[in-house]
Amino acid sequence: MLYAVLCYHDEAEVDSWSAEQDAAVVAKRGAVAKERLRPEQMGPVLRLVPTSAATTIRSSGKGELVLDGPFAETKEQLLGLYVVECDTLDEAIELAREMKRGEGGAFEVRPLRVFRQGALPAEVEVG
Amino acid sequence: MQDVADFAAMLTGARPQAMAALLRYFRDLDRAEDAFQEASLRAMRNWPEKGPPRDPVAWLVFVGRNAVVDGLRRQARQVALPAEETLSDLEDHETAVAARLDEADYRDDILRLMFICAHPELPPTQQVALALRIVSGLSVAEIAAAFLAKEKAVEQRITRAKRKVMDAAIPFEAPDAVERAQRLSAVAAMIYLIFNEGYSASGGDSHIRKGLCDEAIRLGRLVLRLYPSDPEIMGLLALMLLTHARMPARLDAHGEIVLLEEQDRSLWNRALIAEGLALVEKAARHRTAGTYQLQAAISALHASARTADETDWRGIALVYRRLEELQPSPVVRLNRAVAVFKADNAAQALELIEPLRDQLAGYFHFHGVHGALLKELGQHDAAREAFNRAIALARTPAEAQHIRQRLDELSEERARIAR
Repeated sequence: MLYAVLCYHDEAEVDSWSAEQDAAVVAKRGAVAKERLRPEQMGPVLRLVPTSAATTIRSSGKGELVLDGPFAETKEQLLGLYVVECDTLDEAIELAREMKRGEGGAFEVRPLRVFRQGALPAEVEVG
Repeated sequence: MQDVADFAAMLTGARPQAMAALLRYFRDLDRAEDAFQEASLRAMRNWPEKGPPRDPVAWLVFVGRNAVVDGLRRQARQVALPAEETLSDLEDHETAVAARLDEADYRDDILRLMFICAHPELPPTQQVALALRIVSGLSVAEIAAAFLAKEKAVEQRITRAKRKVMDAAIPFEAPDAVERAQRLSAVAAMIYLIFNEGYSASGGDSHIRKGLCDEAIRLGRLVLRLYPSDPEIMGLLALMLLTHARMPARLDAHGEIVLLEEQDRSLWNRALIAEGLALVEKAARHRTAGTYQLQAAISALHASARTADETDWRGIALVYRRLEELQPSPVVRLNRAVAVFKADNAAQALELIEPLRDQLAGYFHFHGVHGALLKELGQHDAAREAFNRAIALARTPAEAQHIRQRLDELSEERARIAR
């Protein structure tokens, strides 16, 4: 079975970490993963840039609306994600807007600052 | 297991919002500071033992407010409130305070707190000192070290600034749209002052100076989280991120400044660049260019070039033209001319800077650029004259050395032609 581990934190606090504190947290987590997992058990690792760089796409009566800022509702839950490579943010936003068309909910587009592919098989379908 | 540094970061992160709420409650800067200070002391005693609260801001506001109110009551010989250690239902109180914080639209309170420090009546140095003290929570000693100033002088600077803003009596009511925009713009300028204080390395401890840049970026992110659709705040944050990203390549082993085109780009911080580029693009979607956005766009074009040769100088020249329209200044014109020159149009560049001759007569870079343009256009005698003026105005040995190399090239050229 594959699992996603999603990391939530108070951004104002993480913003206040020194570079050393930040590196120590990353190293601590890495050490645990290394100890508990065989290399081939580790899948993609992502680190997102702060939410100030986020854009959210929502439905309105007039179609899909592009709003500045992160997804910040509690009545919807995180159900999935795509990682895509685009030349520009506009391209990523337009892609997300097209994919979402006709659906409710919200898509948030957020640049990545770290992406590691990991060593999982290229495709695993569960159920 | 969390250590002291984690709790300190928690306090720093919570500070702007907690201070803003305490200021709204007490309507007095000194009292709000005392309350936050007392709450922080109790937090450092309490949190390591009992674990940090779910909502540090609410905890700090609640405990700080009670501590000060308690002190005031004791002075008035009234019945003291129970200490927070004895309250069994602190969680409930926290929740109630948190709810009130939300209702009070804390965004405008934080903006107000920052605007106090960015008040137009304060000179820039007082703005920076006050903001670092009140919003960031740096000690007077830390601020003095950053400014290379005596602690006493900084203390006085902060006291004077506080008196001035308290006299100005900035209203607590939620600002209207125009007032809010004015406050945001003043706060943006103040944040950029802090950044430049750190970036323009005019001596001092480089570690502390880098800290000021980090702090300005942290405040920029905070303001953008509060007002996520303001394209100029996006531009400001992007400009700081993209500039700061080059910091690791900016000085050589001897502490001399390395020119942008000669920097080792592999040292640039890619994470900051990714964030900065995204913000530039995000801001551009608003189609209301401002000066921070345009400066950020120029930095973005530099950051996007893998090597100096790949720099899109034509694009940079165009952005400078827009910037000059919005904010005409001789220095912007000079930079625009440099971009035009690099985009292979020395003649047009020379035309652009000719009118600056008087205004920038005492400016090293003007003569350096002027000389380089004349040299490119084959006017060697005039070029030599310009370079000599530049050397006379050089502020560092590195600047003078750079120009001497150009003069040497001219001499070699002459010798070659003579042969």
